[in-house]
Amino acid sequence: MTIPRSRTAAATPVPARRRSGGGASSFRSRVLTPYAMLAPGIVLFLAFMAAPIVYAVYLSFQKTQVTGLGLGSGARKQVFVGFENYVAALADPEFAASIGRVLLYGLVLVPAMLGLALLFALLLDARGTRAAGFSRVAIFLPYAVPAVISSLLWGFLYLPGVSPFYFVFDALGWDAPEILSSDLVLFGIANIALWGGVGFNMIVMYTSLKAVPTEIYEAAKLDGASEVDIALRIKVPIIAPSIVMTSLFSLIATLQVFAEPTTLRPLSNSLSTSWTPLMKVYRDAFTRDDIYSAAATSVVIALATLLLSFLFLRIVQKRAFGQED
Amino acid sequence: MTATATAPVDLPRVAEPRPGKSRGDRGKPNWIATVILLLGALYCLLPVFWVLTASTKDGSELFSTFTFAPSSHLWDNIVELTAYRDGVFWRWMLNTALYAGVGALLSTYVSALSGYVLAKFTFPGKSTVFSVLLMGVLVPGVILAIPQYFLFAQFGLTNTYWSVLLPQIISPYGIYLARIYAAASVPTDVIEAARTEGAGEMRIFSTIATSMMLPGLVTIFLFQFVAIWNNFLLPYIMLGDDGLFPITVGLNGLLNQGATVPALYTLVITGALLSVLPLIAMFLLLQRFWRVDLAAGAVKA
Repeated sequence: MTIPRSRTAAATPVPARRRSGGGASSFRSRVLTPYAMLAPGIVLFLAFMAAPIVYAVYLSFQKTQVTGLGLGSGARKQVFVGFENYVAALADPEFAASIGRVLLYGLVLVPAMLGLALLFALLLDARGTRAAGFSRVAIFLPYAVPAVISSLLWGFLYLPGVSPFYFVFDALGWDAPEILSSDLVLFGIANIALWGGVGFNMIVMYTSLKAVPTEIYEAAKLDGASEVDIALRIKVPIIAPSIVMTSLFSLIATLQVFAEPTTLRPLSNSLSTSWTPLMKVYRDAFTRDDIYSAAATSVVIALATLLLSFLFLRIVQKRAFGQED
Repeated sequence: MTATATAPVDLPRVAEPRPGKSRGDRGKPNWIATVILLLGALYCLLPVFWVLTASTKDGSELFSTFTFAPSSHLWDNIVELTAYRDGVFWRWMLNTALYAGVGALLSTYVSALSGYVLAKFTFPGKSTVFSVLLMGVLVPGVILAIPQYFLFAQFGLTNTYWSVLLPQIISPYGIYLARIYAAASVPTDVIEAARTEGAGEMRIFSTIATSMMLPGLVTIFLFQFVAIWNNFLLPYIMLGDDGLFPITVGLNGLLNQGATVPALYTLVITGALLSVLPLIAMFLLLQRFWRVDLAAGAVKA
């Protein structure tokens, strides 16, 4: 990330404002000042991001050992157990099942959400679309609704007796699908996340579409390209980086789904306490008081997320900071 | 601000809206696109319509009348919700406003300062600092929440306002955005001019840079505000005392009780309506700041 030309650019003005001309003052302005200004950010980062991660890793290699009957002080102590918690976590069929569910959930959610977001963004950007302002705001609006509240709203909409869908199905004399049953609840939750996320992703893509100069389209038009050709052959490739970024963010959000299934649990009996990996971590840590295996499981989830981060870093560093000096 | 006036600067233009796409030039109506978008809008507004009508119903009507048929009990429901446990609902609303408002404000300040330094200073270790911070973008807060709980427990800080407020001040994504805004909107010449006139670095940041970065900082504030407002896991884990709950945790608890006391359902629904209104209002008022281009690194505000 070091940009060589920035070094020369910043180095020139320094002598001009050097007061005493000593090396100490230049060290101060070059090194101490920026670090002093970065201190709040760095301290908060270390305290609330780095330290918890280090602590979780430490806990994941520990275990409580009970000696004798486990009575009296000193009967319980924390010991180092190596990878035992990891082996146990990875071998746990509940964990494997929760990962499987989350992968299926991501497979359903991410393509549907981003496909719709891209479609909406292209339509908003197309010529001749009417009421585009209204549609844009309406589709973006769910982003303002917390996941707990949207799960609550959709949960009621899925509930037979309250739901308008059941009303329609009843009127037509059909058997309504039970969205809160174990077969379909995954789709029900994916729908809640899609509802909350499609607008945000649409706005991200629409913003990058707006940055493209129109002349490109005019030229394509003169060559006889249709509106659809322009959308698929020119607009989509141009905003491809946005699509990649939103996909990555969505994938990461998928891995940590927690609020939606937790909120729906009182309304459905097909959601176990280990329905997603994070719900299992929560249960292990707080219901079963097994913080060590909870720590091991969350480290596994974090590592999986980190794999995606590296992909992200590569893309961002190539694209984002060309304009700095 | 004298520096801005005296320095011969040419502010970089942060991508103007496309000229050919102005309101007058719309071409002939494209009905297919319009209808698809309106269907999308309908889908997104459906739960909002539902909560508007459902919150006007009393307990029995909720399960008996047609979903979208409004009734007349909205006021009764609000009164009942307000009376519930001595107005604990409004306490939750205030707590949420406090967590999100104060948290987002502090977070924006720290992000702006860090992003500005990363964009405008050259110093050893800069790329390392930025890379490490950027990795934080993808370490989701949700995965941090449980270890954060154990760390806070070590210091006896769980179940306090601090336990929810402090961890949400640091926002790697906010720093990332602030760096982009600072690079695009604060010209190096202006900083140099101010330095020549003897202004201190913090003064340059707080009087000159922040005002130039302001539209971008509003976007960071909004992002963080919504993120804290929406956060469920952290307060869910940290807090045991329901006097400290934000609205998300409070309503989740109420819904859980509703499983055994269905009369609480109307309260949950009314609470859901009241809790989304302020956020939706803020959203509509400030929507021009929601223009984020994640990949190209340019933000138009």
